[in-house]
Amino acid sequence: MKPPPFDYLRADSIDEALAALHQHGGDARVLAGGQSLVPMLNMRLTRPSVLVDIMRVASLGEITTQRNELIVGAAVRQATLQQRPGLANEVPLLAAALPWVGHWQTRARGTICGSAAHADPSAEIPLCLTALGGTIRLRSRRKRRTVPAETFFAGTMLIDKDDDEMIEAVTFPMRRPNTGYAFAEVGRRHGDFAMVACAAMVDVAGIRLAVGGVADRPTARAFPLLEGSALDDALNEFAWALEARDDLHATARYRRDLVRQLGRQVIEAARS
Amino acid sequence: MTLLNQKQKHRVSFTLNGVPVEIEVAPRTLLTDALRHGLGATGTHVGCEHGVCGACTIQINGAPARACLTLAVQVEGCVVRTVEGLAPAPDQDGQYRLSILQAAFRRHHALQCGFCTAGILMSLDAFLRETPLPSVEAITEVIGGHLCRCTGYAPIIDAAMEAAAELRGDAKHV
Amino acid sequence: MDGSPATWVGQSIERVEDATLLSGRGRYIDDLGTRPGTLHAAILRSSHAHAAIEAIEVAAARALPGVAAVLTGTDLAAITTPLVASVRAPIEARAMATDRVRYVGEPVAVVVAADRYIAEDALDLIEVTYRPRLAVVDPEAALAPAAPVLHDGLGGNLASERAFTYGDPDAAFAQAPHRISITSRYPRNTGSPIETYGVIAEYDPHEDAFDVLANFQGPFSIHAVVARALAVPGNRLRLRMPPDSGGSFGVKQGVAPYVVLIAAAARLVGRPVKWIEDRLEHLAASVAATNRVTTLSAAVDRDGRVLALDWDQLEDCGAYLRAPEPATLYRMHGNMTGAYAIRHVKIRNRVVLTNKTPTGLVRGFGGPQVYYPLERLMQRIAVELGLDPIDIIRRNLIPAETFPYRTATGALYDSGDYAHALDIALRDGGYQALCEKRDHARAEGRLYGIGIAAVVEPSVSNMGYITTVLTAAERRKAGPKNGAQANATVSLDPLGAVTVQVASVPQGQGHRTVLAQVIADVFGLRPIDIRVITDLDTAKDAWSIASGNYSSRFAPAVAGAAKLAAEKLRARLARIAASQLNTLADDLVFAGGKITSRCNPGLVLPFNRIAATSHWAPGTMPDDVGQAIRETVFWTPPELTAPTEADEVNSSLCHGFILDFCGVEIDRITGKARIDKYVTMHDCGTILHPGMVDGQIRGGFAQGLGAAVFEELAYGDDGAFIAGSFADYLLPTATEVPRIDILHIATPSPFTPLGAKGVGEGNCMSTPVCLANAVADALGVAAIDLPLTPAKLAALARGDEAPPPAGIASTKAAKPGDRTLRGAGETTVAASPETLWAMLLDPDILAGLIPGSHGVRKLSDTRFQATVTLGIGPVKGKYRADVSLADLTPPREATLTGAITGGLGSGDGRGCVTLTPDGAGTAIAYTYEVAVGGKIASIGDRLLDGATKIIIGQFFAALARKAGGSKPTSSRFARLRAWLRIGR
Ligand code: FES
Ligand code: FES
Repeated sequence: MKPPPFDYLRADSIDEALAALHQHGGDARVLAGGQSLVPMLNMRLTRPSVLVDIMRVASLGEITTQRNELIVGAAVRQATLQQRPGLANEVPLLAAALPWVGHWQTRARGTICGSAAHADPSAEIPLCLTALGGTIRLRSRRKRRTVPAETFFAGTMLIDKDDDEMIEAVTFPMRRPNTGYAFAEVGRRHGDFAMVACAAMVDVAGIRLAVGGVADRPTARAFPLLEGSALDDALNEFAWALEARDDLHATARYRRDLVRQLGRQVIEAARS
Repeated sequence: MTLLNQKQKHRVSFTLNGVPVEIEVAPRTLLTDALRHGLGATGTHVGCEHGVCGACTIQINGAPARACLTLAVQVEGCVVRTVEGLAPAPDQDGQYRLSILQAAFRRHHALQCGFCTAGILMSLDAFLRETPLPSVEAITEVIGGHLCRCTGYAPIIDAAMEAAAELRGDAKHV
Repeated sequence: MDGSPATWVGQSIERVEDATLLSGRGRYIDDLGTRPGTLHAAILRSSHAHAAIEAIEVAAARALPGVAAVLTGTDLAAITTPLVASVRAPIEARAMATDRVRYVGEPVAVVVAADRYIAEDALDLIEVTYRPRLAVVDPEAALAPAAPVLHDGLGGNLASERAFTYGDPDAAFAQAPHRISITSRYPRNTGSPIETYGVIAEYDPHEDAFDVLANFQGPFSIHAVVARALAVPGNRLRLRMPPDSGGSFGVKQGVAPYVVLIAAAARLVGRPVKWIEDRLEHLAASVAATNRVTTLSAAVDRDGRVLALDWDQLEDCGAYLRAPEPATLYRMHGNMTGAYAIRHVKIRNRVVLTNKTPTGLVRGFGGPQVYYPLERLMQRIAVELGLDPIDIIRRNLIPAETFPYRTATGALYDSGDYAHALDIALRDGGYQALCEKRDHARAEGRLYGIGIAAVVEPSVSNMGYITTVLTAAERRKAGPKNGAQANATVSLDPLGAVTVQVASVPQGQGHRTVLAQVIADVFGLRPIDIRVITDLDTAKDAWSIASGNYSSRFAPAVAGAAKLAAEKLRARLARIAASQLNTLADDLVFAGGKITSRCNPGLVLPFNRIAATSHWAPGTMPDDVGQAIRETVFWTPPELTAPTEADEVNSSLCHGFILDFCGVEIDRITGKARIDKYVTMHDCGTILHPGMVDGQIRGGFAQGLGAAVFEELAYGDDGAFIAGSFADYLLPTATEVPRIDILHIATPSPFTPLGAKGVGEGNCMSTPVCLANAVADALGVAAIDLPLTPAKLAALARGDEAPPPAGIASTKAAKPGDRTLRGAGETTVAASPETLWAMLLDPDILAGLIPGSHGVRKLSDTRFQATVTLGIGPVKGKYRADVSLADLTPPREATLTGAITGGLGSGDGRGCVTLTPDGAGTAIAYTYEVAVGGKIASIGDRLLDGATKIIIGQFFAALARKAGGSKPTSSRFARLRAWLRIGR
């Protein structure tokens, strides 16, 4: 299990990174924390001709807030964000979900944006972005654009990103007044990708529930403030609509069951 | 900007257990291979090369890292610590010593084959520096980032809790 | 005295191994230096479960700079012979496939190169042409008359069948008021040590001799198998083991075929060759425990007493019968009645071959597969008769006064007091309180259950037990096989220091510490004074075919042999000391580093002076003492006799006892089983080192828990292996393994020098079924198989699922194991069916339509070949695609069948396209079925569905565009096109 050959480019500025992406396009891959990319390299599932290491680009390592958004740069490690004082107040859903991302050891290296770029349908960070209506800020030499999470995640490991673009940052909307948030997930073991993960956001206007691990991407659905069996019916409809599949770890039916039950739990938790 | 060509080897310099080292590697050389076969630091083990088992865990700039998910070229200029750097220097009589954490592992029979041990020690060493007063749950979660096939983990948890207490100065083992 | 305890044996002293291991100074195989010029190997493995190898194209790989050789099975076959098996059957097993592959992961070619990176680069350049054959994965299906046959010479897939009768089971069943049965399907799992296999080999052509370093663990009967495969006499295969090994749990017995492979490669390239297995190789193709289908029936009287057992075991050994298999099936033969006094037994044993990795030693070896049905059955008896399960167990236990107890099938249980152990376990483990807790939980509507398991843990295997697979007549012809030679060497150096060497090949069990304790007691020294060497060199050290680290033989046999060797030396030292002190040897005490007269404590000599005498002054020794420098003892217990004419066999020397019980609660929502309490009572005879014994129990428990809940070497029905990484094959971590309560009693074994019995494997036998019994109790179900996954338990805990709302089709329940990806789509195109038809048959047009195509060749009117690069997101691979068209109804309908092969795996598919005129255009409808195997299936199975959908959708979208620019019905494909990484 050794990676195939590639050139390695250590970018000192974002322009250098973008120039390399411009030059190599789809043959280049951005290397950040490496927690998803390097296993794929070691297994030779992917064969970029050049890796662009962005971890020494200082400007990408920043976490800032702006107009009710928490902006997390491409080189920000998951552990760094998790340790940010006040995160539970700023983006409570993220604070609840981050401890579920991999293990303490992998969070120390893995980045927030790297998890978004990897687009595993079971991953927690794409789920939070989708649940909250976050965005992905893409940048190439040609242009900058901001893509809503809901369209950015396009399928298992598929994202709305051109070859010469890189994720510069992702943004999480900050806590809104009179809004409750809750997160829960079930995996085979602690630290595994979720069989099902649910994130809920509830305010006076309604419920927003996002589900990971079931469809081929995190998927959000808005409901009015339903209760009782009406909520059950809505969750049942949502569970079926996600077109769950059997795999080694869980059956489709189990996933639908969890959408119904865990979904209800997080909605109730977010309400209270 | 530094561009390292895949066809050549490149010099990487970093600090390993307090000593400056240099090594020539290809861009794709994994840090595990560079440490073990390049520098002879074979205490860091390799169990999966996909980031799950934790046997290869080391510290880079004080934080835990899977060496198998790290390219050697990425640690240019970094401070790297491995299991070989855990124990204090031999005492005046030339007696080799173990660190508090290592000694706790020995007392608690927290290792059998010892293959997973280096990684777990490096994780716990970093964690106890960050969290001197850990709960059993927190320690268990940190150890949960490693696979040990021999011990069933309970002795590792006990060793870690006892070492934490001793490091704080709360308790001295018997 | 010097503060030493009365005996070192029995103390939990710190291990002599640990300081070295804790400071990173261990010497595992990959830590050891190699000779200059050593080359590195990487192995190309089959992506097919069953296929003929039609061609292997190696030129490009050979041409890669740094590659020394690319060797195929044919190259190897020229200098090796097949691996011999324990059963005479027309099954040819080789270290590398020649003309046919029979499981995913089977070696097909080996690259030898300057380093492992380059070797893996070269693997990517090898092109193998396979002709796929149908695979069979299920052991019962493999016996069906129409099943695909793995080994043509065998005629079917049944490799061995034997029936046994002990006592009069038919009469017992006829008379008994109840016949209670259970069927279980024990799944595949493995020991999965954290260190993988490693082999470093070289060959001297002038002496025709191999020198091999491997982290092999024994049994050394396999040395003979390897030497024969390499076509050298045993004395020309020098096999050495490194000082440290990163765990084995039986599994490292399975490195043997790779010893053959790498040694042969070293011979062919004329250079030393090193191979370190990687984790993907290990999971796919090292060694699995057998999966087994068992139907077990008991004849039971009114009180729940079991009068007879009727076993029907169908053992699945995978694609080849590799020595010592089918030993998994026979290791337990003497103790098929477990802890119970059952005199009438019937057994039918069948061994079947399927397209899965060959099986071998895995901790517990045969025990989990036997005790699962046996202890599930005991629980069912209690449930069906409405009796307390503890009463059922107690009523059937072998009475203490009958030991040594001869079982119906021939084992001689050495010692035990099972009823006492049960009483103590229930009392000290808090069984009563646990029952109250269960009642309380149930009253609250929670799913809580209690499981119990009573297990007899055999240790020190009789090397003859495997011959029970032969008939008595066959055995007579082959000559008797029996015994279990253990050996140890104790030597004294010129300064009087003691060294012990054994052929026990530890993998973390602390043998060096225990031996230091044992020998320190014999000589009155401290463990720190004793130096113990456990790395083995078959050319120089004492060993026998029974040597090695398996069947929990260290404490009962090896440590005992060491004690005997030390005692022999001590007797001689006593004679020497007696002559110098003018006293009798019997009068002397060895303690505190001195040899002292009992009668006259003033007569004292330092131990090391006497111990050195034989070096410095042999002339001063009493005449008949001989040397007192080195003593090697071989010890084999007389109780381990060959199987009798009536097929009774004492399969093991020692029999420990385990009584486990546990309380488990199942979460109604997640289906997760939480272990609330787990108590395990062990009687393993005399305990040499309590800390290590408990360590073995905890470790065994964790592996038992893994087998029960998390781990399965899972295969699809098509033979694809789908648990290929540590993200799929789930070992329990610290957050999953609860603390357990360990209890002990000790009835020393009368058959072993130290009174000790094995203890390393028991919880692998008891824990899976104990947990399953608790889960069955919690859910009130009769049939349950492992692994106890949340999805399985949740489905049992819940009723029927809420139906889908109108408008959403309920997905048809695919049968488990069916990995076929199915899909359908339709699109409308502004072109006539005739135009489309012509396009579909035109290679140049096809080349433009097939996603990622590098060109299409038309081999005939209906056969095409293409090279394509396919991928999803960053996951990309290059493949060769062969497509043929059939059932052509121009211009309306066609069936396409195709196969693709490439570095990431292979796929076989079939699709149907219909073209229907629709106004001015054509409605295209298609359906497909695809099965994908190989690496991508084993580590990325969940990627495949989406990928297939998208790639096939791509094709039709391109067709639509090309034919007239109409849009595909699903806009998703168009949207995704931009993100697909196709065609590079
Ligand atoms: S070897 Fe790095 S995590 Fe397993
Ligand atoms: S001590 Fe062997 S794997 Fe942990």
